[in-house]
Amino acid sequence: MMKRDIFQAIADPTRRAILVLIAAQALTPNALAEEFDMTRQAVSKHIKVLKECDLISQKQEGREIYYQLKIEKMKEVDNWIEQFRKIWETRFSQLDEVLLNLKKQQNEN
Amino acid sequence: MKTDLLFDFIVDKEKKTVHIKREFDAPIDLVWDAFTRPELLDQWTAPAPFQSKTKYMNFEPGGKRFYAMVSPDGKEGWIIQKYTSISPKTQFKLHNAFADKDENPEPTGSDWDYNFSEQNGITTVYITIFNESLERMERMIELGFKEGFTATLKNLEELLKKNQNEY
Repeated sequence: MMKRDIFQAIADPTRRAILVLIAAQALTPNALAEEFDMTRQAVSKHIKVLKECDLISQKQEGREIYYQLKIEKMKEVDNWIEQFRKIWETRFSQLDEVLLNLKKQQNEN
Repeated sequence: MKTDLLFDFIVDKEKKTVHIKREFDAPIDLVWDAFTRPELLDQWTAPAPFQSKTKYMNFEPGGKRFYAMVSPDGKEGWIIQKYTSISPKTQFKLHNAFADKDENPEPTGSDWDYNFSEQNGITTVYITIFNESLERMERMIELGFKEGFTATLKNLEELLKKNQNEY
């Protein structure tokens, strides 16, 4: 099986939504498909990509299959993007301060 | 201060592009100044505890900003930004490259596109960063952040939720 790039997986909005849904609770393929305004086949294609990226696993309970999030794998993504995001978060809160000062100065004049 | 300001941050590794959108509780004139005047840029572009130090800046098409990100232990990482187009208070573009202290740029860089718009006193800035190589993109992220942050799954969930809300 071709190993896919994890970042390719999360670049897609539907796949990000799937991850958010199964992060909250394990879901059956049917329950997942109902959340989206697209064909069941389209949803299972996205699930396939996420499986190939090793981001989700499945467990069998009785006759039902449930998909769940692989937390360890998500942390890889988390670290990488979060670090970068945090840089910008810090920058922008600094910029909020700068703008607040500029506004004050403007009001004084 | 308004606390519910929008902040979207999306990394598209496949397209080597980062999309950043943020609202600011200030009119467009002030926000534009904060992005285009060196003395203001130096106050916020380096994430603390780093500091930004602009050696010179000519904000005009073809002009440059040559500046350093200075780490807490005094190490300087130099960057050259060349302005490729400017539409006042609407948009500007630049080419960004890491450099040495003598202004010699690295061969590959990134293209930045900044867009500004104001509605009801809130200014939205939308930035896209396109990297010429994936390696460079990863370096851009690593730069200055070797110490790293302790990220949690919860943060990611929030990020994912935020991204999801857009669609």
